[in-house]
Amino acid sequence: MSQMATMAVSRRFGAEYAVREVAMAVEPGEVVGLLGANGAGKTTLIRLALGLLRPTAGTVTLFGSPPSRDTRRRLGYVPQSLGLYEDLTVAENLAFAARAFGHRVVAARLDPEIRASARVLVRDLSLGLRRRVAFAAALAHDPELLVLDEPTSGVEPLARARLWETVRAGAERGAGVLATTHHMSEASECDRLVVMVSGRVVASGSAAAIMGGMQTVVVTAVRWEDAFAALDDRGLPVALVGRRLRIPDRPAADVDAALRGAEVEARLEVVPATFEEAFVALARQKVA
Amino acid sequence: MIASRGRLPEDRTTGWGLDRVTVRFGRLTALERVSLGVGAGAVTAVIGADAAGKTTLLRVLVGAVRPSEGRVRRPEKRQVGYMSAGSGTYGDLTVDENLAFAARAYGLSRGVARSRIGELLDRTDLMAARRRLAGLLSGGMRQKLALAVAIVHEPELVVLDEPTTGVDPVSRAELWRLIAELAAAGTAVLMATTYVDEAERAGSVLVLLRGRPLALGTPEEIRRAVPGELYELGGRIDDWRAWRRAGRWRVWSPDGRAPEGARLIEPDLEDGLVMAQLAYEASQPEVAA
Repeated sequence: MSQMATMAVSRRFGAEYAVREVAMAVEPGEVVGLLGANGAGKTTLIRLALGLLRPTAGTVTLFGSPPSRDTRRRLGYVPQSLGLYEDLTVAENLAFAARAFGHRVVAARLDPEIRASARVLVRDLSLGLRRRVAFAAALAHDPELLVLDEPTSGVEPLARARLWETVRAGAERGAGVLATTHHMSEASECDRLVVMVSGRVVASGSAAAIMGGMQTVVVTAVRWEDAFAALDDRGLPVALVGRRLRIPDRPAADVDAALRGAEVEARLEVVPATFEEAFVALARQKVA
Repeated sequence: MIASRGRLPEDRTTGWGLDRVTVRFGRLTALERVSLGVGAGAVTAVIGADAAGKTTLLRVLVGAVRPSEGRVRRPEKRQVGYMSAGSGTYGDLTVDENLAFAARAYGLSRGVARSRIGELLDRTDLMAARRRLAGLLSGGMRQKLALAVAIVHEPELVVLDEPTTGVDPVSRAELWRLIAELAAAGTAVLMATTYVDEAERAGSVLVLLRGRPLALGTPEEIRRAVPGELYELGGRIDDWRAWRRAGRWRVWSPDGRAPEGARLIEPDLEDGLVMAQLAYEASQPEVAA
């Protein structure tokens, strides 16, 4: 099958590049995660992908042609703001979206909780349910490409898992998915990642490939405060986790030496790094 | 406390904190019987979704919201540092001016203020940016400035409302280092977060679900408080207690019995929070299933 979306673009606002020489593609049935902090350029890239913004340089291709009203019909988009009408009911919002895409709402396809809230104004729904209604509105026309801007921001773990299940079900039907997140822990929900810092792609590929087997030294000390001070003073990138300390991407021998130098007694253990730790180490290497 | 059995660390109300606090805004109950201890020399986290009541809880602790019921233990005002969500710095003042303004508001003498501000600029790595307008800083730098502003007067209790939301991972790591330094120096720190991996870094965690305390304790205690076992499955099963995580399916079994072909796994905090919510929903007749 052909690619759902390909782009090789830059976008400038005034003198500032929001997106700089970013090349990426989304294949059918694949969930691509776009990771980065607020201001990294994720939303600009998504707006370029949708054809809502024109690139300063480069091109965007959706289903083999430039973005247009025709390609929009084959897309499902959930913006960060959800794009629902707060003063309309759930049923009215779904009917409006269906009409825009030229089809009818099929109640049987809706999840029971949404069906039960059909006559409730969107503004009276919980934030979690509001998000699910936005998903239902964007997915009802079986889009071939699903674009989600921060789909799980501000929801609890169970609701987040449910939203990812919906995303994955779309991918299993063959849709390509492009989703932004600033939750590094959600890297594991994606097949492939594109990591952005200041408008540029700093890493891409599977989470495992990006992490490259990076390891973290875990320190357990009787007094974590002393161990923390000793490692912090030596400039080691130490993080407190509960009462343990984690030092990613540094040899255990360095950590050991720093602790011995300060006469702090501690137990060391080497474990796989988390994705966030790997990301921080990567970003620091780029800066250095 | 709801949806968990056995020992509940409700008596762990040492240091500052809240004791069975309820807050109502008109007909809306923002917090319902929430207790929490915020000890010195430790980081305590409150985790919950948007609108779960995190900000209300923090504002009760710092004295900005009066509880409808319950008691609050906090130090005198001068000993409280509060960083609100979305910063709390003045975008049209420079980094230096923001810090000087806060120092003056807390009545620090000129000499003390100068050395304290120098120390904070150093620790936050903002020395080179000291003459830049706060409004022009990156998100991460602005949050570090907001933290420095909140602690300029060396308070005993520091309360931080989502200090790392939306911040890049490098700045987040730096913010966490600053927070750990505070705790290491004996400060009581309470922070709100929506990130589970961040709550996992705290010494103790309060989980809020729609204004109610869902769980309280160390991350370890929270994951062990839910009855039953957690299993990983080969494929999808049709069970409301199952969820997908990192490409695999997990299912909570309240009675501990293993579904066919399932493998017993040790829950982490994220699993613990999912299980606690499932257990809670199972106990609510109208929303179960």
